[in-house]
Amino acid sequence: MSSENNSLYWQANVRLMIMCLVVWFVVSFGCGLLLVDVLNNFQLGGYKLGFWFAQQGSIYVFLFLVFFYAFRMNQLDKKFNVQE
Amino acid sequence: MELKTLTYIVVFASFALYFGIAWWARAASTKEFYVAGGGVHPVLNGMATAADWMSAASFISMAGLIAFLGYGGSVFLMGWTGGYVLLAMLLAPYLRKHGKFTVPEFIGDRYYSKTARIVAVICLIIASLTYVIGQMKGVGVAFSRFLEVDYGLGLGIGMVVVWVYAVLGGMKGITYTQIAQYCVLIFAYTVPAVFISLQLTGNPIPQIGLGSKMVGEEDIYLLDKLDQVLTDTGFKEYTTAKLGSSLNMFAYTASLMIGTAGLPHVIMRFFTVPTVKDARSSAGWALVFIACLYTVAPAVGAMARMNLMSTLQPAAGPLEYEARPQWFKNWEQTGLLKFEDKNGDGKIQYTADKETNEMVKVDRDIMVLANPEIAQLPNWVIALIAAGGLAAALSTAAGLLLAISSSISHDLMKGVLSPNMSEKGELMASRVVMTLSVLLAGWLGLNPPGFAAGTVALAFGLAASSIFPALMMGIFSKNISSTAGIAGMLAGIGITLFYVFQHKGIMFIPGTAFLGDMEPNWFMGISPNAFGVVGAIVNFVVAWVVTKMTGPAPQEIRDMVDNFRIPAGAGAADTSH
Repeated sequence: MSSENNSLYWQANVRLMIMCLVVWFVVSFGCGLLLVDVLNNFQLGGYKLGFWFAQQGSIYVFLFLVFFYAFRMNQLDKKFNVQE
Repeated sequence: MELKTLTYIVVFASFALYFGIAWWARAASTKEFYVAGGGVHPVLNGMATAADWMSAASFISMAGLIAFLGYGGSVFLMGWTGGYVLLAMLLAPYLRKHGKFTVPEFIGDRYYSKTARIVAVICLIIASLTYVIGQMKGVGVAFSRFLEVDYGLGLGIGMVVVWVYAVLGGMKGITYTQIAQYCVLIFAYTVPAVFISLQLTGNPIPQIGLGSKMVGEEDIYLLDKLDQVLTDTGFKEYTTAKLGSSLNMFAYTASLMIGTAGLPHVIMRFFTVPTVKDARSSAGWALVFIACLYTVAPAVGAMARMNLMSTLQPAAGPLEYEARPQWFKNWEQTGLLKFEDKNGDGKIQYTADKETNEMVKVDRDIMVLANPEIAQLPNWVIALIAAGGLAAALSTAAGLLLAISSSISHDLMKGVLSPNMSEKGELMASRVVMTLSVLLAGWLGLNPPGFAAGTVALAFGLAASSIFPALMMGIFSKNISSTAGIAGMLAGIGITLFYVFQHKGIMFIPGTAFLGDMEPNWFMGISPNAFGVVGAIVNFVVAWVVTKMTGPAPQEIRDMVDNFRIPAGAGAADTSH
């Protein structure tokens, strides 16, 4: 394993992580808090949409993100041949 | 069968199960004692993490908190789950790769300094000890309320139970008991929620029921009806009520998230899985099991509030006090509900107006505790709530006690005071320290210091402002130097303590809060509980500035960081895999 390969792996990891954290921020702090009044003008069944993001939706997206990150990292591990 | 007998049977059956597991999972080495041998399956570790994480507060208090805060309660839901995203991406895989036993050990290695390790131990002990007091109180309360056992005796029984499996099995015993405790607590939480959702909305899935129409009132959604009922009686609208300013909610959520990711007893759980890959997926499984409770809690909160309002303020007009239901009478006896007939008309006026409101006490814990009775569920469901509450409190207490005792026996005794201690000696020492920690926690639970109520929030603030930034910087920057890491931790924890003390009192002693606990004095409207994120920012800035002055970390540390950033060769730092 060359150190160049390892640093490319690290950059790819950081890019993936930042992408996931942007989504993490948007659903919770964005949809659940900052934009809640705007989103509350829309309905999801009996839920106001902003309220739904704050109490339900953000948690589902967090779940998806953690598994997505784990899945993509496993691919990156193999691609850069740094897996255990 | 009588409720009390049934409750005894359920609770003691669950205890017998924990003892059986403890005997089966005895620890023979320090590796088993501290990290369960490093061989726990990621799904099982996720389940144990969920039980470790979900405390008496999550189980008993959170739904009630949401019921009375409405939308404002979202900060707890997002804060206490969003932290796992940070943990999974920023900390867990790298800490697992480094392959040591404790959080202070990692900090000591990365900042190449015994001082850093000691500072981390201090932060850990303050955070964990304040947290464990709440759990011990939870155990005592659950016993006294459901089994009508004296609070002190209940606490003693709880201590013995934790002591047996924590001292015998260490992390190994705790892990497998936590798995059993998770099953007990999630079952106990979900069953009443399903029944109540079915009764109110006809849908058995609480998450969907909360967004559905009311049974018998096909033209109105449950949440709209709740908004309407609450505004009619002068309360804030449920779905839009904010918790302070938007900035305060923002800071509160952020503080809980990074505090969650920085709590040592949670981080420690990720040392127990076999590989880096497993550490990543295990965080996801932990969140799955946590979400099972956290997505149901808002439904429990809203539906319980709905039930409370429609019982006390039915459409036909205020309820006659003499016509109150049985559960109302039961909980009046415990002092958690209190009625005072201010205008003497014999009817219950429940409003937001302090002058005319006659429900002078509605304890928010009642929302979970009385739920099965309000919904007229069978006795075995009520018995389950007791076992579930105890499982939640005991599992968290055990995790915290292990974090405390391992940081003392492994970091202070073996790491700093006597590095030549044999493995057998260290195992013995950790068992003795664990015993002392259980005794100390029990004593604190029996004589809670005046500040106990406000301190779980403090634990999050401390973890957020000291441990999380130190770990994250240590992984994502190769530059941060030893002095900078220590200065950052001290600055972060210092400013957070200063802010909390100036509003809540020095060491929470009443009368010493020189700025008073008043909103106008809050820095930009941020409440003391939400201040951890500011402390974390201070920590980052100080560490960055000091690194500019001291110069970057030496080459061998940069190599070490390079090494734990890639998964290949996991376990090499510790023992063979």
